Amino acid sequence: MSIEVRIPTILRPLTGGEKSVEGTGDSLSGLIDDLEARFPGIKERLVEDGVLRRFVNVYINDEDVRFLGSLEAPLADGDSVVVLPAVAGG
Amino acid sequence: MRFDSLLDSIGGTPLIGLPRLSAAYGGDVRLWAKLEDRNPTGSIKDRAALRMLTEAEAEGRIKPGSTLLEPTSGNTGISLAMAAKLRGYRLVCVMPENTSEERRQLLRMWGAEIISSPAAGGSNEAVRVAKGLAEQNPDWVMMYQYGNPANALAHYEGTGPELLADLPEITHFVAGLGTTGTLMGVGRYFREHKPEVRIVAAEPRYGELVYGLRNLEEGFVPELYDPDLIDTRFSVGPRDALRRVRELLECEGIFAGVSTGAILHAAMGQAARAAKAGESADIAFVVCDGGWKYLSTGAYEGTIDDAEDRLEGQLWA
Repeated sequence: MSIEVRIPTILRPLTGGEKSVEGTGDSLSGLIDDLEARFPGIKERLVEDGVLRRFVNVYINDEDVRFLGSLEAPLADGDSVVVLPAVAGG
Repeated sequence: MRFDSLLDSIGGTPLIGLPRLSAAYGGDVRLWAKLEDRNPTGSIKDRAALRMLTEAEAEGRIKPGSTLLEPTSGNTGISLAMAAKLRGYRLVCVMPENTSEERRQLLRMWGAEIISSPAAGGSNEAVRVAKGLAEQNPDWVMMYQYGNPANALAHYEGTGPELLADLPEITHFVAGLGTTGTLMGVGRYFREHKPEVRIVAAEPRYGELVYGLRNLEEGFVPELYDPDLIDTRFSVGPRDALRRVRELLECEGIFAGVSTGAILHAAMGQAARAAKAGESADIAFVVCDGGWKYLSTGAYEGTIDDAEDRLEGQLWA
Protein backbone atom coordinates (compact mmCIF):
# COMPACT_ATOMS: atom_id res chain seq x y z
CA MET A 1 0.00 0.00 0.00
CA SER A 2 1.30 3.38 -0.97
CA ILE A 3 -0.04 6.91 -0.79
CA GLU A 4 1.70 9.88 -2.38
CA VAL A 5 1.93 12.92 -0.10
CA ARG A 6 2.82 16.37 -1.48
CA ILE A 7 4.71 18.43 1.07
CA PRO A 8 4.52 22.27 1.06
CA THR A 9 7.71 24.33 0.91
CA ILE A 10 7.60 25.32 4.59
CA LEU A 11 7.55 21.69 5.78
CA ARG A 12 10.29 20.42 3.49
CA PRO A 13 13.07 20.94 6.02
CA LEU A 14 11.41 18.02 7.84
CA THR A 15 11.45 15.72 4.79
CA GLY A 16 15.05 16.40 3.82
CA GLY A 17 13.86 18.77 1.11
CA GLU A 18 11.61 16.19 -0.58
CA LYS A 19 8.57 17.69 -2.35
CA SER A 20 6.74 14.41 -2.32
CA VAL A 21 6.99 11.38 -0.03
CA GLU A 22 5.30 7.98 0.12
CA GLY A 23 3.32 6.83 3.15
CA THR A 24 0.83 4.25 4.37
CA GLY A 25 -2.30 4.30 6.52
CA ASP A 26 -6.01 3.41 6.48
CA SER A 27 -6.92 6.92 7.57
CA LEU A 28 -5.35 10.36 7.54
CA SER A 29 -4.29 10.03 11.18
CA GLY A 30 -2.68 6.65 10.39
CA LEU A 31 -0.82 8.25 7.50
CA ILE A 32 0.39 11.14 9.68
CA ASP A 33 1.65 8.64 12.32
CA ASP A 34 3.50 6.76 9.57
CA LEU A 35 5.11 10.01 8.35
CA GLU A 36 6.02 11.04 11.91
CA ALA A 37 7.95 7.79 12.36
CA ARG A 38 10.23 8.73 9.45
CA PHE A 39 10.05 12.53 9.57
CA PRO A 40 9.93 13.40 13.28
CA GLY A 41 8.24 16.72 14.02
CA ILE A 42 5.85 16.67 11.09
CA LYS A 43 2.83 15.60 13.15
CA GLU A 44 3.17 18.55 15.51
CA ARG A 45 3.12 20.93 12.51
CA LEU A 46 -0.12 19.42 11.16
CA VAL A 47 -2.10 18.47 14.26
CA GLU A 48 -2.81 20.35 17.47
CA ASP A 49 -4.87 18.99 20.38
CA GLY A 50 -6.06 16.10 18.23
CA VAL A 51 -7.40 18.21 15.35
CA LEU A 52 -5.91 19.57 12.12
CA ARG A 53 -4.32 22.95 12.68
CA ARG A 54 -6.45 25.90 11.56
CA PHE A 55 -4.07 27.10 8.84
CA VAL A 56 -3.30 23.65 7.43
CA ASN A 57 -5.41 22.30 4.58
CA VAL A 58 -5.16 18.65 3.56
CA TYR A 59 -6.75 17.23 0.43
CA ILE A 60 -7.34 13.59 -0.53
CA ASN A 61 -7.65 13.27 -4.31
CA ASP A 62 -8.19 17.07 -4.37
CA GLU A 63 -11.09 16.99 -1.86
CA ASP A 64 -10.74 18.87 1.47
CA VAL A 65 -10.46 16.29 4.27
CA ARG A 66 -12.55 18.45 6.61
CA PHE A 67 -15.55 17.29 4.55
CA LEU A 68 -14.40 13.64 4.52
CA GLY A 69 -14.04 13.06 8.27
CA SER A 70 -10.91 15.16 8.95
CA LEU A 71 -8.24 13.00 10.65
CA GLU A 72 -10.56 9.97 10.38
CA ALA A 73 -10.90 10.40 6.58
CA PRO A 74 -10.35 6.97 5.01
CA LEU A 75 -7.42 6.32 2.67
CA ALA A 76 -6.84 3.64 0.05
CA ASP A 77 -3.88 2.45 -1.99
CA GLY A 78 -3.09 4.90 -4.80
CA ASP A 79 -4.74 7.91 -3.14
CA SER A 80 -2.99 11.23 -3.51
CA VAL A 81 -2.66 13.58 -0.52
CA VAL A 82 -1.78 17.27 -0.77
CA VAL A 83 -0.86 19.42 2.24
CA LEU A 84 -1.09 23.22 1.81
CA PRO A 85 -1.11 26.27 4.05
CA ALA A 86 -4.41 28.21 4.00
CA VAL A 87 -4.07 31.33 1.84
CA ALA A 88 -6.35 34.23 0.93
CA GLY A 89 -8.04 34.58 -2.44
CA GLY A 90 -10.17 37.38 -3.96
CA MET B 1 -34.04 46.32 -19.77
CA ARG B 2 -33.77 49.88 -18.46
CA PHE B 3 -31.90 51.14 -15.36
CA ASP B 4 -31.52 54.59 -13.79
CA SER B 5 -27.71 54.28 -13.62
CA LEU B 6 -24.89 51.84 -14.19
CA LEU B 7 -24.83 50.86 -10.50
CA ASP B 8 -28.54 50.02 -10.64
CA SER B 9 -27.82 47.45 -13.37
CA ILE B 10 -25.60 45.21 -11.18
CA GLY B 11 -26.87 41.61 -10.83
CA GLY B 12 -29.81 39.99 -12.60
CA THR B 13 -27.36 38.00 -14.73
CA PRO B 14 -28.39 35.30 -17.26
CA LEU B 15 -28.34 31.58 -16.45
CA ILE B 16 -27.28 29.68 -19.57
CA GLY B 17 -27.77 25.99 -20.31
CA LEU B 18 -24.76 24.02 -21.57
CA PRO B 19 -26.31 21.34 -23.81
CA ARG B 20 -23.07 20.08 -25.36
CA LEU B 21 -21.08 19.68 -22.15
CA SER B 22 -24.12 18.18 -20.39
CA ALA B 23 -24.62 15.55 -23.12
CA ALA B 24 -21.53 13.64 -21.92
CA TYR B 25 -23.38 12.70 -18.70
CA GLY B 26 -26.44 11.11 -20.30
CA GLY B 27 -29.95 12.55 -20.39
CA ASP B 28 -30.58 13.45 -16.77
CA VAL B 29 -27.69 15.73 -15.81
CA ARG B 30 -27.65 19.38 -16.85
CA LEU B 31 -24.98 22.04 -16.33
CA TRP B 32 -25.97 25.73 -16.07
CA ALA B 33 -23.63 28.73 -16.22
CA LYS B 34 -24.44 31.94 -14.27
CA LEU B 35 -22.80 34.63 -16.40
CA GLU B 36 -21.41 37.07 -13.85
CA ASP B 37 -19.14 38.59 -16.50
CA ARG B 38 -22.27 40.49 -17.60
CA ASN B 39 -21.93 42.86 -14.64
CA PRO B 40 -20.77 46.46 -15.32
CA THR B 41 -17.03 45.91 -14.79
CA GLY B 42 -17.20 42.33 -16.05
CA SER B 43 -17.07 40.29 -12.86
CA ILE B 44 -19.12 38.90 -9.98
CA LYS B 45 -17.33 41.28 -7.62
CA ASP B 46 -19.53 44.21 -8.67
CA ARG B 47 -22.21 42.74 -6.42
CA ALA B 48 -20.07 42.67 -3.29
CA ALA B 49 -18.32 45.98 -4.00
CA LEU B 50 -21.55 47.94 -4.38
CA ARG B 51 -23.09 46.34 -1.31
CA MET B 52 -20.02 46.97 0.87
CA LEU B 53 -20.03 50.59 -0.23
CA THR B 54 -23.75 51.23 0.30
CA GLU B 55 -23.73 49.49 3.71
CA ALA B 56 -20.75 51.61 4.81
CA GLU B 57 -22.62 54.73 3.65
CA ALA B 58 -25.77 53.68 5.51
CA GLU B 59 -23.75 53.08 8.68
CA GLY B 60 -22.15 56.51 8.31
CA ARG B 61 -18.64 55.05 8.09
CA ILE B 62 -17.94 56.84 4.80
CA LYS B 63 -19.16 59.90 2.94
CA PRO B 64 -18.15 61.33 -0.46
CA GLY B 65 -14.51 62.43 -0.27
CA SER B 66 -13.52 59.57 2.07
CA THR B 67 -10.55 57.38 1.19
CA LEU B 68 -11.33 53.69 0.82
CA LEU B 69 -8.70 50.97 1.17
CA GLU B 70 -8.83 47.38 -0.02
CA PRO B 71 -6.47 44.41 -0.36
CA THR B 72 -7.39 42.74 -3.67
CA SER B 73 -5.92 40.51 -6.34
CA GLY B 74 -7.91 42.47 -8.90
CA ASN B 75 -11.62 42.05 -9.51
CA THR B 76 -12.89 43.46 -6.20
CA GLY B 77 -10.58 46.43 -6.64
CA ILE B 78 -11.83 47.06 -10.18
CA SER B 79 -15.46 46.88 -9.02
CA LEU B 80 -14.79 49.17 -6.05
CA ALA B 81 -12.90 51.60 -8.29
CA MET B 82 -15.89 51.95 -10.61
CA ALA B 83 -18.38 52.35 -7.75
CA ALA B 84 -16.05 54.72 -5.85
CA LYS B 85 -15.62 56.93 -8.93
CA LEU B 86 -19.38 57.20 -9.44
CA ARG B 87 -20.09 57.94 -5.78
CA GLY B 88 -17.16 60.29 -5.13
CA TYR B 89 -14.57 58.33 -3.14
CA ARG B 90 -10.82 57.96 -3.42
CA LEU B 91 -9.68 54.29 -3.55
CA VAL B 92 -6.32 52.80 -2.60
CA CYS B 93 -5.84 49.13 -3.57
CA VAL B 94 -3.13 46.85 -2.20
CA MET B 95 -2.42 44.23 -4.85
CA PRO B 96 0.16 41.41 -5.05
CA GLU B 97 2.77 42.18 -7.73
CA ASN B 98 2.19 38.78 -9.43
CA THR B 99 -1.20 39.71 -10.91
CA SER B 100 -1.86 40.39 -14.58
CA GLU B 101 -1.03 43.77 -16.16
CA GLU B 102 -4.60 44.12 -17.46
CA ARG B 103 -5.88 44.26 -13.90
CA ARG B 104 -3.48 47.09 -13.04
CA GLN B 105 -4.47 49.05 -16.15
CA LEU B 106 -8.16 48.66 -15.38
CA LEU B 107 -7.67 49.83 -11.79
CA ARG B 108 -5.77 52.91 -12.92
CA MET B 109 -8.36 53.59 -15.62
CA TRP B 110 -11.17 53.82 -13.05
CA GLY B 111 -8.98 56.05 -10.91
CA ALA B 112 -7.67 53.73 -8.19
CA GLU B 113 -4.21 54.14 -6.67
CA ILE B 114 -2.22 50.90 -6.47
CA ILE B 115 0.22 49.87 -3.76
CA SER B 116 2.04 46.63 -4.61
CA SER B 117 2.62 43.87 -2.07
CA PRO B 118 5.30 41.17 -2.49
CA ALA B 119 4.52 38.24 -4.81
CA ALA B 120 5.60 35.64 -2.26
CA GLY B 121 2.66 34.95 0.01
CA GLY B 122 0.05 36.12 -2.54
CA SER B 123 -3.08 37.73 -1.15
CA ASN B 124 -2.03 36.95 2.45
CA GLU B 125 0.67 39.57 2.04
CA ALA B 126 -1.77 42.07 0.48
CA VAL B 127 -4.04 41.66 3.51
CA ARG B 128 -1.09 42.15 5.87
CA VAL B 129 0.14 45.28 4.05
CA ALA B 130 -3.40 46.74 3.92
CA LYS B 131 -3.89 46.19 7.66
CA GLY B 132 -0.61 48.05 8.27
CA LEU B 133 -1.72 50.97 6.06
CA ALA B 134 -5.05 51.14 7.89
CA GLU B 135 -3.18 51.56 11.18
CA GLN B 136 -0.94 54.31 9.76
CA ASN B 137 -3.92 56.12 8.18
CA PRO B 138 -6.75 56.05 10.70
CA ASP B 139 -8.98 58.17 8.47
CA TRP B 140 -8.89 55.59 5.64
CA VAL B 141 -11.73 53.06 5.65
CA MET B 142 -10.97 49.48 4.71
CA MET B 143 -13.89 47.69 3.02
CA TYR B 144 -12.25 44.33 3.90
CA GLN B 145 -14.06 41.86 1.64
CA TYR B 146 -12.78 38.87 3.67
CA GLY B 147 -14.67 39.82 6.80
CA ASN B 148 -17.37 42.25 5.63
CA PRO B 149 -20.86 40.70 6.01
CA ALA B 150 -22.09 42.93 3.15
CA ASN B 151 -20.02 40.78 0.76
CA ALA B 152 -22.02 37.63 1.60
CA LEU B 153 -25.25 39.64 1.92
CA ALA B 154 -25.02 40.69 -1.74
CA HIS B 155 -25.21 37.01 -2.70
CA TYR B 156 -27.78 36.06 -0.05
CA GLU B 157 -30.14 38.73 -1.36
CA GLY B 158 -29.12 38.67 -5.04
CA THR B 159 -27.33 35.67 -6.54
CA GLY B 160 -29.17 33.04 -4.44
CA PRO B 161 -32.74 34.18 -5.11
CA GLU B 162 -31.93 34.72 -8.81
CA LEU B 163 -30.72 31.11 -9.10
CA LEU B 164 -33.77 29.63 -7.37
CA ALA B 165 -36.15 31.73 -9.49
CA ASP B 166 -34.46 30.72 -12.76
CA LEU B 167 -33.81 27.07 -11.81
CA PRO B 168 -36.32 25.81 -9.20
CA GLU B 169 -35.07 22.25 -9.85
CA ILE B 170 -31.47 23.15 -8.88
CA THR B 171 -29.58 20.31 -7.10
CA HIS B 172 -26.02 21.70 -6.91
CA PHE B 173 -24.39 25.12 -6.70
CA VAL B 174 -20.66 25.40 -7.48
CA ALA B 175 -18.58 28.56 -7.01
CA GLY B 176 -15.03 29.68 -6.40
CA LEU B 177 -13.68 30.02 -2.88
CA GLY B 178 -11.61 33.15 -2.35
CA THR B 179 -13.14 35.60 0.10
CA THR B 180 -15.87 32.92 0.51
CA GLY B 181 -18.53 35.68 0.07
CA THR B 182 -20.37 34.05 -2.87
CA LEU B 183 -20.51 30.61 -1.23
CA MET B 184 -21.46 31.94 2.19
CA GLY B 185 -24.28 34.13 0.85
CA VAL B 186 -25.71 31.64 -1.67
CA GLY B 187 -25.05 28.73 0.73
CA ARG B 188 -27.01 30.38 3.53
CA TYR B 189 -29.83 31.25 1.13
CA PHE B 190 -30.21 27.65 -0.01
CA ARG B 191 -29.84 26.23 3.52
CA GLU B 192 -32.92 28.32 4.38
CA HIS B 193 -34.93 27.91 1.18
CA LYS B 194 -33.90 24.59 -0.40
CA PRO B 195 -31.58 22.77 2.02
CA GLU B 196 -31.10 19.70 -0.21
CA VAL B 197 -29.05 21.77 -2.69
CA ARG B 198 -25.43 20.65 -2.48
CA ILE B 199 -23.05 23.61 -2.07
CA VAL B 200 -19.65 22.92 -3.63
CA ALA B 201 -16.52 25.07 -3.35
CA ALA B 202 -13.73 25.12 -5.93
CA GLU B 203 -10.49 26.53 -4.58
CA PRO B 204 -7.67 27.45 -6.95
CA ARG B 205 -4.35 25.73 -6.22
CA TYR B 206 -1.50 28.05 -7.21
CA GLY B 207 2.20 27.49 -7.73
CA GLU B 208 4.54 27.14 -4.77
CA LEU B 209 5.59 30.79 -4.68
CA VAL B 210 2.12 31.79 -3.58
CA TYR B 211 2.32 29.47 -0.58
CA GLY B 212 5.74 30.82 0.37
CA LEU B 213 4.87 31.57 3.97
CA ARG B 214 7.53 31.72 6.58
CA ASN B 215 5.49 29.60 8.94
CA LEU B 216 2.06 28.05 9.21
CA GLU B 217 0.89 30.63 11.74
CA GLU B 218 0.85 33.16 8.88
CA GLY B 219 -1.90 31.29 7.04
CA PHE B 220 -5.24 32.95 6.43
CA VAL B 221 -8.88 31.89 6.70
CA PRO B 222 -11.39 34.63 5.82
CA GLU B 223 -13.48 35.72 8.81
CA LEU B 224 -16.62 35.21 6.67
CA TYR B 225 -15.93 31.48 6.21
CA ASP B 226 -18.40 29.08 7.86
CA PRO B 227 -17.75 25.48 6.74
CA ASP B 228 -21.29 24.46 7.77
CA LEU B 229 -22.66 26.43 4.81
CA ILE B 230 -20.88 24.25 2.23
CA ASP B 231 -20.96 20.49 1.65
CA THR B 232 -17.55 19.95 0.12
CA ARG B 233 -14.51 21.76 -1.16
CA PHE B 234 -12.13 20.85 -4.00
CA SER B 235 -8.65 22.12 -4.73
CA VAL B 236 -8.14 22.61 -8.48
CA GLY B 237 -4.73 23.14 -10.06
CA PRO B 238 -3.93 25.30 -13.11
CA ARG B 239 -3.83 22.37 -15.53
CA ASP B 240 -7.43 21.29 -14.88
CA ALA B 241 -8.56 24.93 -14.81
CA LEU B 242 -6.96 25.61 -18.21
CA ARG B 243 -8.30 22.42 -19.74
CA ARG B 244 -11.87 23.21 -18.64
CA VAL B 245 -11.81 26.91 -19.54
CA ARG B 246 -10.78 25.93 -23.08
CA GLU B 247 -13.50 23.25 -23.17
CA LEU B 248 -16.10 25.85 -22.18
CA LEU B 249 -15.00 28.04 -25.09
CA GLU B 250 -14.72 25.17 -27.56
CA CYS B 251 -18.02 23.40 -26.74
CA GLU B 252 -20.28 26.23 -25.61
CA GLY B 253 -18.71 29.42 -26.98
CA ILE B 254 -18.27 30.98 -23.53
CA PHE B 255 -15.03 32.94 -23.10
CA ALA B 256 -14.31 32.90 -19.36
CA GLY B 257 -11.43 33.70 -17.03
CA VAL B 258 -9.14 30.92 -15.77
CA SER B 259 -10.75 30.64 -12.32
CA THR B 260 -14.03 29.71 -14.00
CA GLY B 261 -12.21 26.70 -15.46
CA ALA B 262 -11.48 25.54 -11.91
CA ILE B 263 -15.15 25.96 -10.95
CA LEU B 264 -16.31 24.10 -14.08
CA HIS B 265 -13.89 21.28 -13.22
CA ALA B 266 -15.54 20.85 -9.81
CA ALA B 267 -19.01 21.12 -11.39
CA MET B 268 -18.16 18.39 -13.91
CA GLY B 269 -16.93 16.21 -11.04
CA GLN B 270 -20.38 16.52 -9.45
CA ALA B 271 -22.01 15.83 -12.84
CA ALA B 272 -19.98 12.63 -13.27
CA ARG B 273 -20.84 11.53 -9.73
CA ALA B 274 -24.60 12.09 -10.31
CA ALA B 275 -24.51 10.28 -13.67
CA LYS B 276 -22.69 7.31 -12.12
CA ALA B 277 -25.27 7.10 -9.32
CA GLY B 278 -28.11 7.32 -11.88
CA GLU B 279 -29.39 10.53 -10.27
CA SER B 280 -30.98 13.54 -11.91
CA ALA B 281 -28.96 16.72 -11.44
CA ASP B 282 -29.22 20.41 -12.32
CA ILE B 283 -25.85 21.92 -11.52
CA ALA B 284 -25.46 25.70 -11.56
CA PHE B 285 -21.97 27.18 -11.47
CA VAL B 286 -20.54 30.68 -11.54
CA VAL B 287 -18.71 32.21 -14.49
CA CYS B 288 -16.81 34.79 -12.39
CA ASP B 289 -15.48 36.91 -15.23
CA GLY B 290 -14.59 36.91 -18.92
CA GLY B 291 -11.20 35.90 -20.28
CA TRP B 292 -10.18 39.38 -21.43
CA LYS B 293 -8.06 40.23 -18.39
CA TYR B 294 -6.04 37.03 -18.75
CA LEU B 295 -5.10 37.19 -22.45
CA SER B 296 -1.56 38.31 -21.59
CA THR B 297 -1.05 35.17 -19.47
CA GLY B 298 -1.25 33.08 -22.66
CA ALA B 299 -3.90 30.83 -21.09
CA TYR B 300 -5.89 30.32 -24.28
CA GLU B 301 -3.17 29.58 -26.84
CA GLY B 302 -0.64 26.86 -27.57
CA THR B 303 -0.28 23.63 -25.62
CA ILE B 304 -1.66 23.13 -22.11
CA ASP B 305 1.90 22.40 -20.92
CA ASP B 306 3.14 25.81 -22.11
CA ALA B 307 0.10 27.61 -20.74
CA GLU B 308 0.57 25.88 -17.39
CA ASP B 309 4.21 26.95 -17.29
CA ARG B 310 3.21 30.55 -17.97
CA LEU B 311 0.77 30.53 -15.04
CA GLU B 312 3.40 29.29 -12.58
CA GLY B 313 3.79 31.84 -9.81
CA GLN B 314 0.77 33.87 -11.02
CA LEU B 315 -2.38 34.56 -9.03
CA TRP B 316 -4.58 33.32 -11.85
CA ALA B 317 -7.88 33.44 -9.95
